[in-house]
Amino acid sequence: MNKIDVDQMENQKKTAFKNIQSGSKYQAGLVIRPIENGTVIDHITAGEALNVLRILGITGSTVERISVATNVISKEMGQKDLVKIENRELAQQEVDRIALIAPQASINIVRNCVVIEKSVVSNPEELVGVVKCPNPCCITNANEPVSTKFYVRQSVLICSYCDWHIEKNIHSYIL
Amino acid sequence: MKHFISIQSIPRESIDKLLDRAEQIARHRPTGRPLSEKILGLLFFEPSTRTRMSFESSMLRLGGQCLNLGGAESSVMKGETLADTIRVVDGYVDAIVLRHPRIGAAQLSTEFSSVPIINAGDGAGQHPSQTLIDLYTIRQSFPLDGLDVGLLGDLHYGRTTHSLAYALAKYGVTIHTISPKGLGFPLSVKRSLTRFGACVVEHESIKEALPHLDVLYVTRIQRERFPDPASHYDTLHSYRITPELLSNAQKHLIVLHPLPRIDEIDPGVDVLPHAKYFEQAKNGIPVRMALLLGVMK
Repeated sequence: MNKIDVDQMENQKKTAFKNIQSGSKYQAGLVIRPIENGTVIDHITAGEALNVLRILGITGSTVERISVATNVISKEMGQKDLVKIENRELAQQEVDRIALIAPQASINIVRNCVVIEKSVVSNPEELVGVVKCPNPCCITNANEPVSTKFYVRQSVLICSYCDWHIEKNIHSYIL
Repeated sequence: MKHFISIQSIPRESIDKLLDRAEQIARHRPTGRPLSEKILGLLFFEPSTRTRMSFESSMLRLGGQCLNLGGAESSVMKGETLADTIRVVDGYVDAIVLRHPRIGAAQLSTEFSSVPIINAGDGAGQHPSQTLIDLYTIRQSFPLDGLDVGLLGDLHYGRTTHSLAYALAKYGVTIHTISPKGLGFPLSVKRSLTRFGACVVEHESIKEALPHLDVLYVTRIQRERFPDPASHYDTLHSYRITPELLSNAQKHLIVLHPLPRIDEIDPGVDVLPHAKYFEQAKNGIPVRMALLLGVMK
């Protein structure tokens, strides 16, 4: 090995180290490969990726190919999680659910390796049929033919039937 | 106003109009039979004496008829949903008065009914027609704005106090809550009152709150909320309203109670000028007459 090869390797190592330190896309690329078709959910609040999967109904027995990265270094967020779902495009109601636990998440729809739609999630004013009311005395827990309905006020969900407030552990009430 | 479900959703102006109308009715009974073509359905899934009878009496006084649809013996007991019951009953009557053990039952019923629904109590939720009566009775003694009102008893499960607190928040009233530990307002009620900008002061002792009050609203403290009869007895004793206790109150204080009263007010209080609870029960007639006219006429 001559001196030039050794210098090149050293430079590559330095660049990789810098990228890891700065949290660039190069580092994410090392962790998860790009997908050809499907959805990339980026900028998920660190530690919430597995809850996002739960919200989407993705379990060990589902057929989709899933990539998950947690606590990835991010310039904007410090740390973030990332989920890639191959061959599945998220519906609006699914996006609304994600907004509840990862309000900064961005959704990229990928077709033939090209991002054809990019959006950020936003908390809707109302959530219909998304969250179960924790109040056992609420009429929505009485086998009636209605969907639950919650008003979203800042980060608090308020049941439109019984006025119950959900302020934390929202993910555990998502239907 | 089509339905009458919760006091929060009714603007203060509409409440004032209803109370004004009730006042007119109390002075001069409506001429003729304004609801003579109408049938009121009474759908009670929980026991009720005063509320059911006063709605019935109010409807009869307005020339209408009542259909008591039962509750315990109805098809709901066979497993029918409330939604289906409402869909069927709305073909028989022109308005439905509903009492149900589940919170939000009246709200749900509006989604399946083409006729007005009046909430006559939904579990530990609300009892808005009782609130109209409470406001009406207070207004007979003072203007509602800026009063100090004490709510005493089981505020956790007591739906009349929830509705009343929401209504008082619209009038800039200072609400003093006086309740045993664990029986204060539920978190959801506290949060909603904060959202409405209500001023709420919490007390554990009636003696501490009493000298500040213009109105004392007493509710029952139910035995089943306590682990044993002895602790229930002790609590009842320390929250009981007696003539001796009221000697420390302002002269103009009025005492209200949605009734039935068990032990929480000493019968000796009945003869004092503070006692307004039987008058309050009578006020159910003009207030509910005004309400029935409001939703059906």
